[in-house]
Amino acid sequence: MIKELFYILVFPGFLFLSTISLLAEYVDRKLYARLQNRIGPPWFQPFADIIKLIAKEEVTPAQANPKMFHLAPLFALSATVTAFLYIPLWKAGSLFSFNGDVIMILYLLTIPTLAFFIGGWYSTSLFARLGSVRAVTQLFAYEVPLFMSILASALLANSWSLADIVIFYGQHPWYWLFNLIGFAVSLIALLGKLEKAPFDIPEAETEIVAGAFTEYSGKLLAFLRLCIDIEMVVGAAVLAAVFLPFGYSFNPFIGFGFFIIKVLFVVALLSLLRTIVARLRIDQMIDFCWKYLVPFSLLQLVINLIIKGVLQ
Amino acid sequence: MPKSKKFNIPMGPQHPALKEPEGFSVALKGEKILGVEIRLGYNHRGIEKACEQNTYIQDLYLIERVCGICSHTHATCFVQAVEEIAGLQVPRRGLYLRTLIAELERIHSHLLWLGVAGHEIGFDTLLMYSWRDREIVMDTLALLTGNRVNYGMNTIGGVRHDITPAQSKEVLKAIDLLEERTKYYIEVATQETTIIKRLSGVGVVSYDDALRLEAVGPTGRASGLDRDVRRDDPYAAYGELSFNVITDNHCDVFGRTIVRVKELMESYKMIRQIIKNMPDGPIAVKAPRKIPAGEAVSRYEAPRGEDVHYVKANGSEMPERVKVRAPTLANIQVVKHMLKDRYLADMPIVIAAIDPCFSCTDRMINIEYDSNKKSEVINWATLHEYSLKWHRDRGVDFSKLNKQFQRRMSI
Repeated sequence: MIKELFYILVFPGFLFLSTISLLAEYVDRKLYARLQNRIGPPWFQPFADIIKLIAKEEVTPAQANPKMFHLAPLFALSATVTAFLYIPLWKAGSLFSFNGDVIMILYLLTIPTLAFFIGGWYSTSLFARLGSVRAVTQLFAYEVPLFMSILASALLANSWSLADIVIFYGQHPWYWLFNLIGFAVSLIALLGKLEKAPFDIPEAETEIVAGAFTEYSGKLLAFLRLCIDIEMVVGAAVLAAVFLPFGYSFNPFIGFGFFIIKVLFVVALLSLLRTIVARLRIDQMIDFCWKYLVPFSLLQLVINLIIKGVLQ
Repeated sequence: MPKSKKFNIPMGPQHPALKEPEGFSVALKGEKILGVEIRLGYNHRGIEKACEQNTYIQDLYLIERVCGICSHTHATCFVQAVEEIAGLQVPRRGLYLRTLIAELERIHSHLLWLGVAGHEIGFDTLLMYSWRDREIVMDTLALLTGNRVNYGMNTIGGVRHDITPAQSKEVLKAIDLLEERTKYYIEVATQETTIIKRLSGVGVVSYDDALRLEAVGPTGRASGLDRDVRRDDPYAAYGELSFNVITDNHCDVFGRTIVRVKELMESYKMIRQIIKNMPDGPIAVKAPRKIPAGEAVSRYEAPRGEDVHYVKANGSEMPERVKVRAPTLANIQVVKHMLKDRYLADMPIVIAAIDPCFSCTDRMINIEYDSNKKSEVINWATLHEYSLKWHRDRGVDFSKLNKQFQRRMSI
């Protein structure tokens, strides 16, 4: 019992995850700043931000539904933290891995967006409502290519369990090269999930202030911010496990180092991508996802099916 | 299915998209804009009235603070009107120096705009890059005048600071660096896919509409309206410089971007000519404290479009009336036209695309209603007749001009 609680709350659960996700936020922000010719924040800036937000007064709008308004950030946070428990860190298996945990992780990663929608909708501000509607509209566009490209990789490994996928690619060290298209597609789709440029439409600052988060303040905003950071790390970790499946066969410390490097590599790719583009309009975003991302993920699926046939 | 309801959202007076406070009320249906109501007057500062209570020299500093970006514009425009009333002949070197600062200011303004436009479409990298390079021209302005924003360069009868050969060398160096960077921005702005997606086809104003709604500056020129005060009615040293007026036929925000970045290149060209042909001699003539009675209208091509100042002097140290028509006032009606049936996401960039300067534009008129006084409503035709008669009594005949104007409109 105590062991499980330690897993969930300290390592690799909430405490460890928040630390590493805030560090990942630092890497993202620093890199973004350096690419833009700025100096960027010091390493403790994300921690300071979160501590400051937690210390601040929390305002609930008079017209908002207080229950939903308060619960939404917690839902989002707990879903992302839970998802992390199913991701292999330094060895092929994760803490609670079972057959079908890939689907489970993808499902848990969808919950934050829905929680943002609920929180934004029940805060009754016009900007928040517009933002939350945009968030859900966007959800239908990026989720399909993301699922298809991750599952295409699982298809090749012939398993719905992340542990088995990692073992399979460990046995066939060069097979991950087949999944490069899927990697690119899911990277771009992950940008949509994390609401970063060019898909930061739900929180487009210059249009709708902060989207669904407009009315949030204090602790609740801190939870939301932390949730997005954790979502980034979890998303990067899934991508790292599925598409960059190496470094699991060494001893735990080296394996863990590999894990950190891979996650930071994906985070760096994400911040590079968001540096070089402008924000799209919601209609253009949906067009783009269905016109380009979905066909490419289908292509990945077809490639993997053919390879699977050839190999057998 | 329930019909999606129409609702109004307030954009401003306080909104992150707006760098200055101004009220827009947007009627939305889903993401689509049904109509926009612009409420001018939030930012009324009473500068025109204050001008009437200060001397001409004091007014110069007041007028310079009408706008934080085109401060030289307003100061020069005002000074030109006063000089015309007083009959002062500004020395050529003074005019050249005025033009030099004017063009440096245009560069600073256009680079600023490029960054703001990038930010409005969520492309913060462009903002950071172009504002970094804007520092170069700001530093150059500080080198020449001592100030980065309100230069305090003008005085009635000329300018206040001369330029040394060492300084002009520095200016040329800065211009070379900026030209290279601008070429890169032209490439980025015209080739980067997401920028083109967000800019082209957005905020369309056809040539006819631009003419009808009287768009000025880059907004009009991007719709093919070939108007530029610098060429059409040369002031300062523009008559002696050779440059092209950039026009474009895209008619949208993309066109306005192209016009602005290409105008940057023209400005670099002009600055090189100014430094090369800088005449020797004094930089100012002495101006009297009291300006003789009279009135004058002065035009000036600000980075945002045509700026008009009207000054009426009554022979004392203070002007009787100063009227500032900032270019944004001419363009603000065009915005309403541009936003119709567009998406909410386009609103920030469409507003930003006219390069608005709301605090320069805003005036408030308070109508006092006197119930004892008999009031009447006059229709447009009667008002027109009345105005023609009013001017004819004072020796100005507009009927000839009117015919010319109608002929031009019919072409």
